[in-house]
Amino acid sequence: MEWDWAFAFEILPTLGKGIVVTIQATLAGSVLAMVVGLGLAIARRVKNRWIAMPASFFVSFVRGTPLLVQLYFLFYILPDIGILLSPLTAGIVGLGLHYATYTAEVYRAGIDNLPRGQWEAAKAVNLSTRATWQHIIIPQAIPPMIPALANYLVAMFKETPLLAAITVLELMNQARSIANYHYKYVEPMTMVGVFFLLVSIPSVIFLRYLERRFSTVSQ
Amino acid sequence: MSEYWVGYLSLIFKGAVVTVEITLMGCALALVMAFVAGLGRLSSVRPVRWLATAYIEFFRGTSIFVQLFWAYFVLPLLGVPLSPLQAAVLALGLNVGAYAAEVVRGAIVAVPKPQYEACTALNLTRFQELRHVIVPQAFVMMLPTFGNNAIELLKGTAVVSLISLADMTFQAQVVRVQTGSTAMPFFTILVLYYLMSSVIGYAMRRLEDRVTRGLDMTRN
Repeated sequence: MEWDWAFAFEILPTLGKGIVVTIQATLAGSVLAMVVGLGLAIARRVKNRWIAMPASFFVSFVRGTPLLVQLYFLFYILPDIGILLSPLTAGIVGLGLHYATYTAEVYRAGIDNLPRGQWEAAKAVNLSTRATWQHIIIPQAIPPMIPALANYLVAMFKETPLLAAITVLELMNQARSIANYHYKYVEPMTMVGVFFLLVSIPSVIFLRYLERRFSTVSQ
Repeated sequence: MSEYWVGYLSLIFKGAVVTVEITLMGCALALVMAFVAGLGRLSSVRPVRWLATAYIEFFRGTSIFVQLFWAYFVLPLLGVPLSPLQAAVLALGLNVGAYAAEVVRGAIVAVPKPQYEACTALNLTRFQELRHVIVPQAFVMMLPTFGNNAIELLKGTAVVSLISLADMTFQAQVVRVQTGSTAMPFFTILVLYYLMSSVIGYAMRRLEDRVTRGLDMTRN
C-alpha cells in the first residue's frame, strides 16, 4: 500500500473542518470540567453528609465507567426524558462531566496539601470564611494545581475522537467518512494520528515546563 | 415480557465475559511493556533509551481510539492482518503499557540511592541488583498506580465495540436496537463496569496489603 500525497492534500481541508470541531469541543469541555470540578470538590468538603456522600459517589462512579458509555447514555437517554441536545452539546457535556471528576481530585489535593497552619493562622487573625478562602487558601492552592489541571485538559483533547461515536463530525469522524467513501484508510487514519501527536508532544514539553515552574500536586 | 429481559441480560453478560477477557489479556501485555519500556528508559545504552522514549511518547500522544482504528484499518493494508480481538489487545496493551512504563521508571528512580550503593558494595551484577534489590522495593510503590492503570484499561475496552468486537458495550447497543429501550441496557452496563472497576480497586488494595506486609520497618 502506497502513501498517496495527492490524496492526502485533497482531504486536508475536510480534515481541517473536523479539527475546528475537535478544538471547540476541547475548549468548551475544559471550561465545564474546571467549573463542575470545583463544584464537586466543594460539595465533597461540605459537612452535610447528604451533599458530600452523593458527590463522592458521583465522582467514583464516573471515574469507574467508560467515557464512551457515558456519552451513549447522554446521547440516547436525554431525548427520552425530553432534553434535546445537539450531538456536539451532548459530547461537550459528557467530556466536561467526565473530566470534572478528575479535576475535582486535583482541587481536593491542592486544598488538602496546604499546611494546617495556614487555616489556623487565618482563624487567629480573625478572618471570615470568605476572606480565608479568598486571600489565604485559593491564592496558595491554585499554582500547584496548574500542571495537573493542564495534564487533564491534554487528556481530554486526546479523548475527543470518542465523540465520533455519537455522530459528532469532529476530526476522527471526518477521517472515517473520507476513508469509507474513498475506501482508502491509510492516509486519513494516519493523518489523524499525526495531528494528535503534533499537538500532544509539544504540550508534553509545555507540561514539563509548567511542572518546573509550579510545584506539583501529588495525586 | 420478563423472559425477554432475561434473554437480553444474558446477551449483556456474554459481552461482560468478553470485556473481562480483553481486560485481562490487555493488562498482561501492558505489564510486560511497562517493564520493558520502563527499564529501557533507564538503560545506559542510548538507542535503547531513545526507542523506549519514542514508544512511550507515541502511545501517550494519541488516544486509544485512534490507535485501535489505526491498528484495525491501516495495519492490514500494510501487510499485518489482525483480527478484531488481536487489534484490541495490542492497542490496549501498548497504550496502557506506555503509561505504566512511566510508573515503573518513576518507582525505580525513587528507590533510595544507598540501596544502589549497597549493591555495588556487594558486587552484584546489574541483573541481580534489579532482580533482588531494586525491583522488589520499587514494585510496592508501583502497585497503587498500576491499579489505576488497570481501571483505565478496563474503561478503554468499551472502544473495541466500535470495531465490531462483541464486548459489553457492543451488546448493549444490540439490545438498544432490538428493544428500542435505551435506559435499561446502558444503565445495566454502567453498573457492571462500575462493579468491575471496584473489584480491580479492591483486589489491588488487597495485593498492596499483602506485599507491604513486613515492610513497615524498611520503608522510609
